[in-house]
Amino acid sequence: MAQRSTFWSTLTEPLVRQNPVTLQILGICSALAVTTSLATALTMSASLTAVLTLAAGLISVIRNHIPGTIRLIVQIVIIASLVIVIDQILQAYFAEISRALSVYVGLITTNCLVLGRTEAYATHNPPGRSMVDALGNGLGYSLVLLVIGGVRELFGKGELMGQQVLPLVEQGGWFTPLSLMLLPPAAFFLLGLLVWAIRTVQPEQAEAPEHSPPLAREGEE
Amino acid sequence: MENPDRNPWRRFLALPNESRSKTLIMAFLVSAVCAVLVSTATVYLRPIQAANRAAEEQARIAALVRGVPGMSTLLEESGGTLSTVVVDLETGRAATDVTGETLEAALADAANWTAIDPADDLAGLGQRPDYAQVYLLRDGEEISLILLPVAGQGYNGRIEAILALRGDMNTIAGIAITSHSETPGLGGRIDEAAWQAGWPGKETRDSEGTIRFSVARGAASSVYEVDGITGATRTSNAMTKIMRFWLGPEGYGPLIGAIRRGEF
Repeated sequence: MAQRSTFWSTLTEPLVRQNPVTLQILGICSALAVTTSLATALTMSASLTAVLTLAAGLISVIRNHIPGTIRLIVQIVIIASLVIVIDQILQAYFAEISRALSVYVGLITTNCLVLGRTEAYATHNPPGRSMVDALGNGLGYSLVLLVIGGVRELFGKGELMGQQVLPLVEQGGWFTPLSLMLLPPAAFFLLGLLVWAIRTVQPEQAEAPEHSPPLAREGEE
Repeated sequence: MENPDRNPWRRFLALPNESRSKTLIMAFLVSAVCAVLVSTATVYLRPIQAANRAAEEQARIAALVRGVPGMSTLLEESGGTLSTVVVDLETGRAATDVTGETLEAALADAANWTAIDPADDLAGLGQRPDYAQVYLLRDGEEISLILLPVAGQGYNGRIEAILALRGDMNTIAGIAITSHSETPGLGGRIDEAAWQAGWPGKETRDSEGTIRFSVARGAASSVYEVDGITGATRTSNAMTKIMRFWLGPEGYGPLIGAIRRGEF
């Protein structure tokens, strides 16, 4: 029973409380780039979750035999191979969406979220737990992508998954699309608002200020 | 160890992780397994991807033809389809022994490819096939539109496109990029309808028959130029070279000449 509850918490912790995107601010490049519509966000989420879970499983299986000197490159090779396979599958069966995602599926390889989880968790834990942890983190990433993708598509085009939800003014309705929503800055705004909202509800996530004004801060990523 | 394990696999696993031989063998094993995985996926899925690309190319050709003013009515009159012809690029005539069905097999044979002299190889192709499949639209006996597949080396990789010429074999009716791997947001903008909209109506040759067409640096200033793409000089130049090569004597030049003389 205790076993099950740790599995459950490993799976659900990264959804909101330890969310890799909103708490650790990992993997936001792709999170911002592919969220102009819900369909692309969904495909990207599924791809990343699949890659992360499989990579965590594989790396965890061989974790006791990975030489420390080539630890990172072994992980990257495994992740990159899985990404290529997923990309090929998308190109074969979801050609339309694969074109919309363009280079971003390939860039899962360099997504710090994936390497972060395999390096920090899968290399120290047995395969079952590593995969549950990876799945939880993948779902946490997916949750953020789907929320941002949904909001951007709904207010940018009045659609969800390509279906008209809000009647547009051009077609005799009342809704004027906010084209800002489809531009990259909107993703930044929404992610910022999301982080703010989560940290307001869960104040323990807020980081202590590193400097106090009026010291000028160096530019950070 | 009193009783050393005879099984080499277990002996290997028992090696300390930091030993040089284990590091090398692990690196080799991981690479080999990953290589097999990736190759299997690529080989197994390639036919499906090829079918997707073919369907996409057909859709692009259809969109290209629809985008040419007056073409949709002409298409309906001529039965709604384009006729496809395999041409012999050397002579500029319809190929007698190769048809659309056997084209792929013919091009698998290296004897049906011609090496291009480096001095003439504007598009960076190295060699070109002797046969190419083009699409024709006839208005009565006259050819009113021809679609020519072209290709060449871009900045990041091969660019493939379909060029539509009007019946005078000089005025561009449109362009469609069928595949490219240019930088998204810069050279990748050759894919955008806004840039391609600058092509229809441009002329490829002057009255003396010299090829004048080019992608301008900056905004187009003559009837032979289309707008350049800011920040993508290499891609713009590649498009110029691809067009000049394929319209020239090594490309579709003989075919265009034959059609202009009314011999096709």
